[in-house]
Amino acid sequence: MISELGHFALILAGFVALFQAVVPFIGAHRGWSSWMAAAVPAATAQFLLTAFSFAALTHAFVTSDFTLKLVVENSHSLKPMLYKVSGVWGNHEGSMLLWVLILTLFGALCGWFGRNLPPSLKARVLSVQAMIAAAFFAFILFTSNPFLRLAVPPMDGHDLNPLLQDPGLAFHPPFLYLGYVGLSLTFSFAVAALIEGRVDAAWGRWVRPWTLVSWMFLTVGIALGSWWAYYELGWGGFWFWDPVENASFMPWLIAAALLHCAIVVEKRESLKNWTILLAILAFGFSLIGTFIVRSGVITSVHAFANDPERGVFILAILAVFMGGALTLYAARAGAMQSKGVFGLVSRESALVANNILLAVSCFTVFIGTIWPLVAELLFGRKLTVGAPFFNAAFTPFMVALAVILPLGALLPWKRGRLGRVAMQLWPVALLAVAVGLLAFAVQTGRSALAPIGIALGTWLILGSLRDLWLRTGRGEGRLRRLVHLPRADWGKSVAHAGLGVTFIGIAAMTAWQIEDIRVAKIGDRFEVGGYGIQLDKVEEVKGPNYFSTMATMTVWDGDRQIAMLHPEKRVYPVAQMPTTEAGIDNGIWRDFYLVIGDPQAAGGYAVRTYVKPFANWIWAGAIIMAGGGLLSLTDRRFRVAAGAAKAPGRRPVPAE
Amino acid sequence: MAGMKGLKKKRRIQIILVAAVALTVSTGLIGYAMRDGINFFRSPSQVLAEPPRATEVFRIGGLVEDGSLVRGQGETISFRVTDGGGSVPVAYTGVLPDLFDEGQGMVGTGRYVDGVFVATEILAKHDETYMPKEVIDALKEQGVYEAPES
Repeated sequence: MISELGHFALILAGFVALFQAVVPFIGAHRGWSSWMAAAVPAATAQFLLTAFSFAALTHAFVTSDFTLKLVVENSHSLKPMLYKVSGVWGNHEGSMLLWVLILTLFGALCGWFGRNLPPSLKARVLSVQAMIAAAFFAFILFTSNPFLRLAVPPMDGHDLNPLLQDPGLAFHPPFLYLGYVGLSLTFSFAVAALIEGRVDAAWGRWVRPWTLVSWMFLTVGIALGSWWAYYELGWGGFWFWDPVENASFMPWLIAAALLHCAIVVEKRESLKNWTILLAILAFGFSLIGTFIVRSGVITSVHAFANDPERGVFILAILAVFMGGALTLYAARAGAMQSKGVFGLVSRESALVANNILLAVSCFTVFIGTIWPLVAELLFGRKLTVGAPFFNAAFTPFMVALAVILPLGALLPWKRGRLGRVAMQLWPVALLAVAVGLLAFAVQTGRSALAPIGIALGTWLILGSLRDLWLRTGRGEGRLRRLVHLPRADWGKSVAHAGLGVTFIGIAAMTAWQIEDIRVAKIGDRFEVGGYGIQLDKVEEVKGPNYFSTMATMTVWDGDRQIAMLHPEKRVYPVAQMPTTEAGIDNGIWRDFYLVIGDPQAAGGYAVRTYVKPFANWIWAGAIIMAGGGLLSLTDRRFRVAAGAAKAPGRRPVPAE
Repeated sequence: MAGMKGLKKKRRIQIILVAAVALTVSTGLIGYAMRDGINFFRSPSQVLAEPPRATEVFRIGGLVEDGSLVRGQGETISFRVTDGGGSVPVAYTGVLPDLFDEGQGMVGTGRYVDGVFVATEILAKHDETYMPKEVIDALKEQGVYEAPES
């Protein structure tokens, strides 16, 4: 019964979305304020109906209602509660429902907090948002209905893919979707601005926090996915340049660019056209990502069961929205007049450089991602584009970005002097080079990657600290002033430092990791990278919904035991699926990563050992970046802007 | 005012120039990186018909031949991969993915050296129902593909 109500609510939400797409749009065009005002209650209703529908599906999973096809295929009565809940979005249909839930949530948020938006802009934003929602409601209802019943319900379910039964992955999709779908709102803002024919500082101030929110969630979502791949897949990689990973990475790159150029719109009323274009492209890449994941056209370890019909549907959505928005852009972009002028050496120029580097690096990732498709369609060759491609084509742009970042962050608006900035930063540069040389001395005869990456990371971190310190001015009370700097300044420095931390982690782990594969017998001790590894015992253990072959291994530094780890091989009988659980000792400077393999005919086990230096810096850096975004988001300026409508005497003045 | 306009125009031209340079550099880099970064897919029959050079890294895919898998004999695992039309011996040093087994689909990346495919990476399916698209196509080409019942 509840499931039918959920299904019904979903259909109703689709109709509300249609209403919200049409009525406020006409109202904004004709200047009928009552029609425009209909957008907010519609957005609220749409969200509440979708939330009810989602709750109904969650209820079915939690109570293990095996009359629903989706629950049978993805759940099991013995599964732990956390994974019953995360099972809701651990499959195609449920995850699409989560997708529209977030889409409607962002629309409703814009309605609730957008009190000081000009009414026509708000009506148009919500209308465009509802158009996207209507398309996805149709997609779910016609191709991916999560509420399908079974005529003959089985006694128990098929269980969720055990790889997905993991806390890191339980939260990976919601975060990622909050990021992906959040970009829909900046898209709606961009399209609404094009229809209005007007972009001003207020628009920039509105778009930036939403971009920031999306970017933060994307950052955390990608980091969670990467972290999960690291510890769960059993080979300790953190990034595979898999099409689906790239699908989340491309919007991230564009969102990062958008984030920065929205600042220019807000502060200097310049680069408006470019900002609009980025806002359109960012959501475009989100849709491309959805298409890649759902259609299965590109072979990926992530692919859901492929369904061409769904792929075509999403491709159609992508074509309509991107085609429409870009056509509108071509027609209206000329109307956007930039105001601010800036010198060749200025923060504006630095941000332009940032944008070009991010956009071009996204372009290389995009080419690498779709090349297999192009090659198959045009040349009939099956191929994949591997990590060497991305390392060679993508990395140089990131290096260039890291080199200019601290310089650009220090440059003033309008006009700056490179000499002055160089004077302020040379001690930082010197230290960074020294750290790089130290790294070079520590390693013997290995690639230059680690020293360069570590030097760049140090340059970023120390450059950000230097930036903060310089902002405190001169003389007495600098520390006090440091604490009271605007949160946006702190956010900027923290986020940039986080990027530096990630740089160091990636460079050090990639260049310095040690790998060892061997057969070990019980009681054997062997040396890996100067540490002793000992296989103490292997036993059979029973878990809640799996059986495990669990090894006990110890890591020794000389006579001192550093860690005791339990790498496992699990078998989930319901899903008939084995998984590998690595034993990992996390550390600030290095991880030990142990994997137990096949039992050997001659006794003992295959054992794989990795020593991974600085591994955790990769994800720590991502979390620091997101933390910087959060700091920036709590800046007083945004709160002031949000409350500005209530202040008397301040009315938006048309620019015409 | 005329000066401002001129400056704006100049700045715009400069931005377009820099963007053009960046695009050119990226295209060049993409072309350069494609030389090493692309791995062609070959089915076992294709490998036997036209053995690639020992230096070329490529991907092979098919089913793990029944009765060919030798595991638990040291660090190196060996098996044969088949598409029904031909079968190629594979050697792999490492821990196999969890869902790897005889009669299942696999895709491996590596080199073909002296009649043996030396794999550096092995992928198996991600869950029970998923099979790599290349493997399905290779099997279809040999007419031995059976769609899973669903």
